[in-house]
Amino acid sequence: MSPDKMVHMANQIAAFFKTQPGGKAAERVAAHLRDFWEPRMREQLRRHVEQGGRGLDQAVIEAAPLLR
Amino acid sequence: MRDFVMPPAAFDERDMGTPAREGAPVTLTIDGFAVTVPAGTSVMRAAAEAGIQVPKLCATDSVEAFGSCRLCAVEIEGRRGAPASCTTPVAPGMVVHTQTAKLRKLRKGVMELYISDHPLDCLTCAANGDCELQDMAGAVGLRDVRYKAPAEGGLANHFAPREASGAANPQWIPKDESNPYFTYDPAKCIVCSRCVRACEEVQGTFALTIEGRGFDSRVSFGARKDNALASDCVSCGACVQACPTATLQEKSIIELGTPERSVITTCAYCGVGCSFKAEMQGDTLVRMTPWKHGKANRGHSCVKGRFAWGYATHKDRILSPMIRDRIDEPWREVGWEEAISFAANRLRGLQETYGKKSIGVITSSRCTNEEAYLVQKLARAVFGNNNTDTCARVCHSPTGYGLGQTFGTSAGTQDFDSVEHTDVVIVIGANPTDGHPVFASRLKKRLRKGAKLIVIDPRRIDLVKSAHIGAAHHLPLRPGTNVAVVTALAHVIVTEGLMDEAFIRERCDWDEFQVYAEFVSDPRHGPEATELLTGVPAAELRAAARTFATGGNGSIYYGLGVTEHSQGSTTVMAIANLAMLTGNIGRKGVGVNPLRGQNNVQGSCDMGSFPHELPGYRHVKNPEVRDVFRQAWGVEIDPEPGLRIPNMLDAAVEGEFRGLYCQGEDILQSDPDTHHVAAGLGAMDCVIVHDLFLNETANYAHVFLPGSTFLEKDGTFTNAERRINRVRKVMAPRNGYADWEITQMLANAMGGGWSYTHPSQIMDEIAATTPSFSGVDYALLEEKGSVQWPCNEAHPEGTPLMHVDGFVRGKGRFIVTEYVATDERTGPRFPLLLTTGRILSQYNVGAQTRRTANVVWHQEDVLEIHPHDAETRGVKDGDWVRLASRSGETALRAQVTDRVSPGVVYTTFHHPETQANVITTDYSDWATNCPEYKVTAVQVSPSNGPTGWQRDYAEQAAQSRRILAAE
Ligand code: SF4
Ligand code: SF4
Ligand code: SF4
Ligand code: FES
Repeated sequence: MSPDKMVHMANQIAAFFKTQPGGKAAERVAAHLRDFWEPRMREQLRRHVEQGGRGLDQAVIEAAPLLR
Repeated sequence: MRDFVMPPAAFDERDMGTPAREGAPVTLTIDGFAVTVPAGTSVMRAAAEAGIQVPKLCATDSVEAFGSCRLCAVEIEGRRGAPASCTTPVAPGMVVHTQTAKLRKLRKGVMELYISDHPLDCLTCAANGDCELQDMAGAVGLRDVRYKAPAEGGLANHFAPREASGAANPQWIPKDESNPYFTYDPAKCIVCSRCVRACEEVQGTFALTIEGRGFDSRVSFGARKDNALASDCVSCGACVQACPTATLQEKSIIELGTPERSVITTCAYCGVGCSFKAEMQGDTLVRMTPWKHGKANRGHSCVKGRFAWGYATHKDRILSPMIRDRIDEPWREVGWEEAISFAANRLRGLQETYGKKSIGVITSSRCTNEEAYLVQKLARAVFGNNNTDTCARVCHSPTGYGLGQTFGTSAGTQDFDSVEHTDVVIVIGANPTDGHPVFASRLKKRLRKGAKLIVIDPRRIDLVKSAHIGAAHHLPLRPGTNVAVVTALAHVIVTEGLMDEAFIRERCDWDEFQVYAEFVSDPRHGPEATELLTGVPAAELRAAARTFATGGNGSIYYGLGVTEHSQGSTTVMAIANLAMLTGNIGRKGVGVNPLRGQNNVQGSCDMGSFPHELPGYRHVKNPEVRDVFRQAWGVEIDPEPGLRIPNMLDAAVEGEFRGLYCQGEDILQSDPDTHHVAAGLGAMDCVIVHDLFLNETANYAHVFLPGSTFLEKDGTFTNAERRINRVRKVMAPRNGYADWEITQMLANAMGGGWSYTHPSQIMDEIAATTPSFSGVDYALLEEKGSVQWPCNEAHPEGTPLMHVDGFVRGKGRFIVTEYVATDERTGPRFPLLLTTGRILSQYNVGAQTRRTANVVWHQEDVLEIHPHDAETRGVKDGDWVRLASRSGETALRAQVTDRVSPGVVYTTFHHPETQANVITTDYSDWATNCPEYKVTAVQVSPSNGPTGWQRDYAEQAAQSRRILAAE
């Protein structure tokens, strides 16, 4: 997947969970990614975050370590 | 119409003369027999209930009685004269005689008059043996006709082209053959008006009228000069069905003759799931007629199911398997064994080289439940991965996610009958008269009885204003602002205190509601605040919200205009919120109703086609669910979600996904961003297309496995109301095998070891592994006709209404739905918003309907553009225009119309030449990756014909469709 597309998709997910009451956006983003993203896609996202996570929403950056 | 084979005794096929009524029981005596029927029933129907057929011509049980022919006269003790039994309601203690000397004389006289103005060419008439006029002449014992033409000419009839003198008969009207599927022969008309009433009451189109009076009265398609094709007629066939004579007659019957047997089956087009009788001569289909006991359609049909089945025998159908090493080579026809082993070896080879997860499947929403189940089983049990997806990804995946989150189950809450009890209806992002025509007819019938309608759609769809109905409110929103509009409706309801607090307290999570109420009450969600963004006038939105909240039973019907957006899932949740807020869940006349596109979208989702869940919507991460399938299949199930269709294509471009088995789907034409799809397919080493025709995807395929039509196999489809309907084989598969057999051959060539000999065994396996299906088997379907899941111990006869006593998940959950603008925005380069849809006569990518006479109604896709936008661009109606987005460009003809708002353009995607998906982008729903078809920023400019890309594409397609002549 092109990095731009991945970043766009991940940020869309973050945009939803950040609006949800009760905080814990990062946990919820991680749970969603675990449920719906194939492991290779999650791996690509984690690597992107390790390399600085350019373009990613803070909630996604915080979700990445939870994907292990 | 007469029947040929009686289906199970439970389904009485007789014409009862007048519609059924609901009411308190009334007992009367007819010809000495006591009969008890509901109050309001006609004497004619009461007699029929007792097994007594009163002769009739102008009455039929699909329409209200009119009382014009007088053939059904009866005698009633204590009443004078001979009242018409079709228009006389029963009364307690009434004593009726249907056969007396007086009645016999009267009826003979009536028939004599009719026959005197009817041609006597029965033996060569298309309706011979299937004509009620003939039957009635026999029933009343008519033996001769005493009326003769006066000697001095002036024949005064409607059927002879010329008078005795040789002069043209002014009363004679030639046959109208303009409709591709049926003819209207005025010479045979008895002016019973059954057709007119069917068009009004059943279909709701009002295309037919009776013109003139007395002897001059004629049936007419609108104005006298209009022929059937040019009129408002939508070719639903209701009038043909109702006509007692050969006046309105199917062309297939004229050509082939009357059928000798019939089989009940289910339409394979849209998610309404109409039941039909496939009427046969040997293994030739001669007619499809809607089955009156079909619970989705109640005896009605649309042009697609009723008439557009000719594709099954179209010359383009591929009947033998084909293979090729590379996609630039021509196809080579081979035997089944060679094709299957070629495919199996390639797939296994890919897995050895690139890993277990390098291949996958796409199941079809057009195929049966049993077939979809087998295809996902192939991925999970034989490939050993979860790389299975379905084209429902691109239409209703947000429904699954959104309703799952709020209610706890991924399905519509009602049956279609529910619409008869609704008082106010919201139709959002759907165009039922085109997409779900039979449902639309049922909805319009309810609207004519006074229910109110609110349409939320960027376009002025037909429901907004058509014959005898109209929307109380039309909210023409800007594409992409659904969440803002639905949340604003909730804002009005909450801030004006119109919610159903008792329902919310009892049925929903009250704490979550408090949070939600605070959220929606924020003035930034008010219609005044969102007006600028959505384009919907605040006052109109407020009025619509009040109408919905206070108008009685409120129901919501929605379609792809809701789901196919970046915020598709959020809109589904917003809709669910609205229903809970107003207490509109859990009884007749209310609910949340997704209108599914293809015939088996519901079923293919139910069957575990999605990469993250096993059959019955159970996530693969749950060990207890995996265990059920481990035991049934003897293999470990991968606990990780697999690739979705767009992910497969992305992975393919990167070389990680190399092989695909694609059943009954044309992803190249139907999925967004065609260039990207083509790049993904082109990068794969083994694409197996299993379909009826060499579709667009097949241009990139290495193996083509010819498929079978719905007429050639057994199975089940599940419609939008969760109804499991039987599909029955009426002829042998022309390609040699039913689709489930082909999947099984492929599985076995890869070591699957399957041994199904009939689809009923597959259903048994589904029932054994999936709790919501545990009570389903073919014997039950045979007995009941159909059932709605959940069907299990708690609901042995199925579940017409869901969430009656409580939500499936326990308490209904209100979810905060913040509007997030799509990143697809208009700007100086692309200032217009494109949205897409479909039309009545064509189906989806059109592979079937384009191969029928339906093309007379829609030869090409056109671009609807507002006069204002057209004028500033120098575009006139009918001009070729170039349509460009940041993804690509195409060319098509413009239609200038104010159905669309300024700033919005609209097209369909039925024709491959147009390739509307070259334009659509790869943006998608945040939760499910359902593509954002409904919003693309575009520019429109004049052009002089197809683009270079369209010409190249046509060239490449022709190249890749070459088939080597068999040696
Ligand atoms: S085919 Fe349908 S729409 Fe056309 S005239 Fe007959 S009933 Fe009306
Ligand atoms: S066309 Fe058929 S249904 Fe209509 S009035 Fe004539 S005979 Fe009756
Ligand atoms: S296409 Fe839909 S509405 Fe038309 S006959 Fe088939 S199932 Fe019914
Ligand atoms: S059938 Fe009753 S009047 Fe014609």
